[in-house]
Parts: sequence; structure tokens; C-alpha cells
Amino acid sequence: MSVVVETMPPVPTRPWRNSKTTGMRNLAAIVLAVICGGALNQVTGLSGFLGLFLGVAFLFPVFIAVTNAKRGANVVTDRIASAVIAVGFIAVTIPWLSIFITVFQKGSEAFHSSYLTEDMRITPSGDDLQYGGIAHAIIGTLLMVLVATVISVPFGIIAAVYIVEVKGRFAGLIRFLVQAMSGVPSIVAGLFVYSTVVILFGGFSAWAGAVALSILMLPTVARTSEEVLKLVSVDLRTSSAALGATQARTVFTVVIPTVASGLITAAVLGVARVVGETAPLILTSSYFVASSTNLNEPIASLPIYIFSNLGLGDQNATARAWGGALVLLGVVFFFFLLTRIFSSRIKRK
Amino acid sequence: MLTNVPDKRSIENNLTRVDKVFQNLVTLGAFFSMVVLAAIGGFLLYRGFEIFKDFGFSFITSSKWDIGDPEDTSTAILGIGAMLVGSIITAIIAVVISVPFAVATALLIEFYVPGWIKTILVSILDLVAALPSVVFGIWGYAVLLPLVEDWSVTIEHYLGWIPIFNVPSEIFGRSPLLAGLLLGLMIVPIITSVAREVYSQAPRDLIDAASALGGTRWGALRAVVLPFGRSGLVGGTMLGLGRALGETVAVYLTLNLVFEINFKILASAGGNVASLIATKFGEATAYELKALMAAGLVLFLVTLLVNFGATMIVNKSRKIV
Repeated sequence: MSVVVETMPPVPTRPWRNSKTTGMRNLAAIVLAVICGGALNQVTGLSGFLGLFLGVAFLFPVFIAVTNAKRGANVVTDRIASAVIAVGFIAVTIPWLSIFITVFQKGSEAFHSSYLTEDMRITPSGDDLQYGGIAHAIIGTLLMVLVATVISVPFGIIAAVYIVEVKGRFAGLIRFLVQAMSGVPSIVAGLFVYSTVVILFGGFSAWAGAVALSILMLPTVARTSEEVLKLVSVDLRTSSAALGATQARTVFTVVIPTVASGLITAAVLGVARVVGETAPLILTSSYFVASSTNLNEPIASLPIYIFSNLGLGDQNATARAWGGALVLLGVVFFFFLLTRIFSSRIKRK
Repeated sequence: MLTNVPDKRSIENNLTRVDKVFQNLVTLGAFFSMVVLAAIGGFLLYRGFEIFKDFGFSFITSSKWDIGDPEDTSTAILGIGAMLVGSIITAIIAVVISVPFAVATALLIEFYVPGWIKTILVSILDLVAALPSVVFGIWGYAVLLPLVEDWSVTIEHYLGWIPIFNVPSEIFGRSPLLAGLLLGLMIVPIITSVAREVYSQAPRDLIDAASALGGTRWGALRAVVLPFGRSGLVGGTMLGLGRALGETVAVYLTLNLVFEINFKILASAGGNVASLIATKFGEATAYELKALMAAGLVLFLVTLLVNFGATMIVNKSRKIV
């Protein structure tokens, strides 16, 4: 007695997968949109690159709908939504790309062989671009950021230790205050430091600039440190406690060394956040044309170098401002890469 | 046989002296942020108190900024009404423009691209979020300004009958629209990162259930992810709003400072409180400086309020999970 199977069992399918024709349909929609967008670009007011993009951006979802029309209303809606999301994302990246490209193009004009090593001690801003440089601004910015780091990193880590390790009664309140502090407008921090440090100590100084930057840096450091400390496994803490260590000893010899690179990341992130702050420095450190390391005097900084050169309206001064923007972008990029390097080390642990 | 059961031992967690000192020190240090916030409010109030006493409520509502005779402070008329309105208008433009793009970007990163592209995009977002406002400002002045001038002509031509798109004279350029657009670009990364974080916590089983029922990807996003992330998105938007309200240099470079309340977003007039402070600070008289301190206090309180609200909403949406 045997049962003869008349029909084969159905072949397993994967209906949630994209069908083979999806790619073709998308391609067809893109090609159609670009062709029609290009035509609109020629015959209507939608001229230039942005006009082309605008045309394509509106036509692409339409053509996606057309090429998928046979597949039912749900699929069409889904395809249109995907197309709109993709177009929205690309629309955001265009200005960002434009910023990078413009700064590179215009900034490189101001560069000459000793741009990074000379200052503006004997060069007026309107002078030819082969004279003078930006060394004073780089030195000033790095010096102030260094002092700001020394002030804000300990307090940031202490706040994080309080929230994660001590778990005190006010942990929620402290986290709330730190978040509120990250919203303080930079000009208000500058105004505060002006009304205290600058007025009390009788003038603009690098110290005042550093204090203003440290106020803006603290929340970033505290929040990142908090996230980092949470990564330490409870086992390590309890093992340390079981060996008889006090909490202080556990924190200093077990927890902090374990995530040292993460805490450095927190500090560098804070630096990347404040290195380009302009508004508070206008009110605190002001500007100085020569290289200086005197913290009691006004000092140059990259943002103010850009800002003051921009205010002059002179062609060469404006070119210098773009050069400063390029250097500043490079500095931000450098610190940003540092954070990536350090944070990839945490993950390996 | 158990005959003599000992009493239950009470476990006491007595901290050693070292730990007591440690905990107290850490607690003390943790309150540094509160001290700073209180000091900011206190000092600005102390320096600007005279202004509030002299002008009262009209400092916030009046839009005239006239020092009068520098020797005689009673001739001065100072008010930041126009600047407050300008702050709010530019911030609203920024939010209205940036939210749809931020949502699209967050959805794309979280649900549409494979893992390695996601890592790259998140890095790029973080980098853009760290771009200094002066770089945005210089770009906005050099690149965006001519474009917006062109667009303004077109918008005014076709939509000029709508009051906010009307202009008193054919002067476009450094308008609230330009400043708002630039601020919008600056806050997209902020809103996106909050939205992305909230969307990533959307319940996976509900998304899978939607797919299992035959729903499309958009169906799952619309039915599960977007409703789930709504309050988080509101919080993220308010964080962006706070940033846009307090931005100084980018607005300073892209908006003409004019002391009159201007709702016409294409007209070349406006300003915000932060750019007022940056503009007037350089040559301010002692009395004017006090007024700037008072303006700073108003800005501080407004942004603090917005941020408190935003933080509470974001935290609440985190706790649902």
C-alpha cells in the first residue's frame, strides 16, 4: 500500500525578497526621470544643477509609480515612499557636499608655502596673499582648547561617575541638568564669562576664552563619559568589590583604566564640538595679530581669524577667511578622526 | 535535626571612610553643572537688572533700540521685541524645512541601507553636526545667498499675494528665509540622530508581524515605526529648535539687523537676539552693555525652557521601551 503523490509540494518561495525585476524597474524610473528632468532643464526655468535635481526629484517618484503600476496599490505606495525617502536624503547631502567643496576650493587659494607657519604681525589683512599666515590663530585655538579640556574633562567625568558608579539620589537630576546645559547658546556662555572673568580681571584674555569653551564642552564630555562608563561590565565591579576594594579604588584602578580610550574619546568629542565656536570668543578672548602664548592677554583663534577677516570686505581678507575656514575644517576633521580611532579601540575590548 | 536556628543576620552596607569621602566629593563635583547654570542666570540678572527695572515688560515687547544721548541713560529706549520675533521666525523656518528631511534621512539610515553604509552615514552625520557655525555662515553668505535671492524673486512673483511672501521693496538677499534655511541645514543632523535613535528602538516583533501579514516595508514604517517614534521626534525637533534659537554667527552673516518686527520672510530685514548681542557688543556703551546682558538672560531662559521640554519628551519616549 503506497500513496502516490500526484502533485509536487509547492516550492518554498521568499515573497519578502525583492523580485528580480525590481532593479530593472528602479533603473528604468531613474533613467526616465533623468531624461525628462534634463528636458525640463533645457526648456523651462529649472536651469542649472539644482534645477536638474529638482526636476528629477519630483519625477523619480512618479516614474517609480508608473513602472510598478501593475503590482498593486500597496507596492506602488511602498515604492513611492522609498523614492521620496531616497530623494530627501540626497537633497540633504547636496548642501553638505557643497560646503566641503566650496571650502576646499576657495580655501586653497589663500594657501602658500609658509601659510601655516607665519602670523599676521607685520601683514595687514588686505595685503597680498603670499604674505602672512595663520600660525597665530592655530596656536591660540589649540592653547585655549587645551586649557578648556583641562577644566572640563575632570568635571565631566565626575558627573558621569556620579550617575553611573555612585548612583546617588540626584543621578536623574544631574543627567537632566547636563542635558539642559548642552542647550545653553554659545553666545550666552560668552556673555556670562564676559560678565564675570573679563570684567573682574580687567580685560579680554585667553583664560576667559578657555573658561567659555569649557562651559560648552562639559555637557558633551559628561554625556559621552556616561555612555562609556555604562559599557564596563558589572562583573568587573563586583569582582573588585569581592576582593575587598573600596568603591574609590574600584573606580580608579578598575573602571577608569578599562575604558580609558573611551574617556579620551569623550574628551576629543568635546574638543571637536568647541574648537570652532566663534560667538563666545568674540566676547572673551578677542583677537591678536601676532603669535602669543600669554594666557593673560587677548589671543588669536581660528574662528575669530575667519570672522574678523570676513568683516573687512576686502578681497584678500575674504580669501584669508576662506583659508582659515579650510584650516578649521581640517582641525575639526582631525579631531573627528581621532575619536573614530579611539572608539574603535573600545569595541575591540 | 534542626534545633537551634540562628537569628537572621542583618546585612549592613557600611561604607568605609574612604568611600564616604569619595562619594561626597563626587556628588559635590557632579553639582558643578547646576552651579554653572545658576551662575549664568544669576550673573546675567545681576548685570542686566537695571534694564528690567528701567523698562519693565516693554524691554521684551518694544522693538526700538536707541541709546539716545550716551551721557544720559534716561534718553535711551531699548527693546528686543523685533529680535525675539526674528529669532522665533528663523527658528520656525529652520524646523519646518529640516524635519521632513531629517525623518527621511533617519528612516533611510535605519531601515533601507545595509550595515556598513549605515556606519559610514552615521559618521558623516556626526561630522556635519560638529561643523563650526562660522563655516556654515561663510558658506551661507557666499553660496546660498545668491541662490536664495534668485528663488525669492520667483516666489515673490508667483506667491506674492500671500502676506508672508510679500516684500515692501524689491530687495531680497539677507532675509529670514536665508537665515532659516541655513539654520535648517545646521539642525538636520541633530534631529536626525535623535529620530534615528528612537526609530531603532521600535519593537522589532511588531515590524516583523506587519511584514508577516503581507505588509510592505513602508506599511510597517507607517503603522509601527512612525507612530512609535512620534514623541521622540517631537523632542528631537525641540532640541533643534533650541539650537536654532541660540545660533549667533551663522545668523549674523546671513540676516540684516533691522529693528522692526518683520513677518515678511523674503524681505532683507530681521535679526535674532544672539546676533544682536554679537553686533552691538563691540561698540556698546556701559548702559547698552547692561541691556545686552538682559537680552542674553531672556535668550538663556527661552532656550532653557525649550531644552527642558525637549529633554523631558525625549526621556519619556525612551522609557516606554
